[in-house]
Amino acid sequence: MDDFLWRALLAGIGVAVMAGPLGCFVVWRRMAYFGDTLAHAALLGVAIGYLLDIELVVGVVATSLALAMLLVAVERRQLVSTDTLLGILAHSGLAIGLVVIAFVETLRVDLMAYLFGDLLAVSMGDLWWIAGAVAIALPALAWAWRPLVAATVSEDLARVEGMAVPVTRILFPALLALVVAVAMKAVGVLLVTALLILPAAAARRLARTPEAMAVLAAVIGIAAVTGGLGMSLTWDTPAGPSAVVVALAIFLFMIGWPRRPTPRDRLAGQNRGP
Amino acid sequence: MAIDPPAGAALVAPLVALRDVTYAVGAAVLVERVSLDVVPRQIVSLIGPNGAGKTTTVRLALGLLRPTAGRVERRPDLVVGYVPQRLAVDRSLPLTVRRLLSLTARPTRSAVDAALDETGVPHLAGREVHDLSGGEWQRVLIARALLRDPALLVLDEPVQGVDVTGQAELFALIRELRDRRGCGVLLVSHDLHLVMAATDAVICLNRHVCCSGRPDRVVRDPAYRDLFGDAATALAVYAHHHDHVHDATGAVVPVDGHDPQQQGGHHHHHHHGQAHHG
Repeated sequence: MDDFLWRALLAGIGVAVMAGPLGCFVVWRRMAYFGDTLAHAALLGVAIGYLLDIELVVGVVATSLALAMLLVAVERRQLVSTDTLLGILAHSGLAIGLVVIAFVETLRVDLMAYLFGDLLAVSMGDLWWIAGAVAIALPALAWAWRPLVAATVSEDLARVEGMAVPVTRILFPALLALVVAVAMKAVGVLLVTALLILPAAAARRLARTPEAMAVLAAVIGIAAVTGGLGMSLTWDTPAGPSAVVVALAIFLFMIGWPRRPTPRDRLAGQNRGP
Repeated sequence: MAIDPPAGAALVAPLVALRDVTYAVGAAVLVERVSLDVVPRQIVSLIGPNGAGKTTTVRLALGLLRPTAGRVERRPDLVVGYVPQRLAVDRSLPLTVRRLLSLTARPTRSAVDAALDETGVPHLAGREVHDLSGGEWQRVLIARALLRDPALLVLDEPVQGVDVTGQAELFALIRELRDRRGCGVLLVSHDLHLVMAATDAVICLNRHVCCSGRPDRVVRDPAYRDLFGDAATALAVYAHHHDHVHDATGAVVPVDGHDPQQQGGHHHHHHHGQAHHG
């Protein structure tokens, strides 16, 4: 196998193992639009990175983190409804990014690569960034797992019972921003959210616990990027969108999966009152 | 935090005490100068119309909100068992009752079974929480709280979404737990007559404390009658500020226009008639 294929595969797997568990929280907390906003505004990060002449990934990570913190802060004030706010930020971020990039004449930016990603063009440097993100995100998730799940079920309950809820309020958006930033190169800003929510949604039917769903989502994500690369090689389709298409196919297959009630379920059903 | 007993304090030091607590967000005062005590083995009920600040008061007592003015005193190392209103868990989150009970701690399997047994729902351990009825939710959440072996049990609207027989059974369970475990109980309700039968002390809240004391005395208090109307004691139907009444399920029935017969025991019936006209 060629080097670029190995890099593509490793990059895809790296993104998938982070996106799986984080995507579960995005789905559980109904924050799909939040992930979308971070992704759209990532293009603004690209523009800022160019303007300041710094490493682009640094620009994107910094912008996404700043935006995530801004959202968390503004959301608590409740000036406008959250989905309106997210809509404003998502598309203004994208628009400003595009305008700024067009303004700087010396720039030659392959916009298509940022909007839709190019898994096959992942460089060794990109791969290191993804590896670094995995090295941060997975231990952080494991460390904060219980408080995160508890706060997802009920923030009040988690706080009364002494869980570190305030930490999770910052940690979760920060990790999401990190994943979006490094995944941008692989699947592009328009499709990052798909890789977050599709594997998680597909994993739901087979999972009985939050932990099982997170692991399963990561596995489905890996299958999706691997299948997407295979599609790309066979039919010369774009790799990022192909991975999303495979993820969708897995999701649709899972939706059709018959849900067998466990014996306990059936027993409990009989005991139910009128 | 040291507890300095104020003059005339109860013989037993309270588990939690609010002293002249005010909570405001900007210019909006949600509760004003509220004081209350919960001592061990005592069931204290907070009642009041919607928007009276009941949940705010509970959140203050739990330490989830910081008072704008006044003090909240809790016994050092007080273990609180909190039973929130029915949780809004998204269906996408796979969560069995057993897992819900080990959400913030790691109880043993037998401890979980014992807790579910104590609240009368041992058969629910393997069930997904999304399939629970209102009453089952409450019993599961109470079992969850019991796992912590709490000295204080705090329940926010424990009978909401529970049918009438289920409500009486839940109150019976709460009394039973108090008797067996000797814990203090602070509960929020807007169902009056059940609270009256099952409580040691009642606090009528309408942003401030309107009246408080033993249920039989509170019922005779003019402030209580002002707050809930004459019909309250008999039917658990009450009007507040004469802008709405509550039907038998506790749902708010709006009163359109001014009704000169507001005082009458039959006014509830009249409103329904008017609604059809309008």
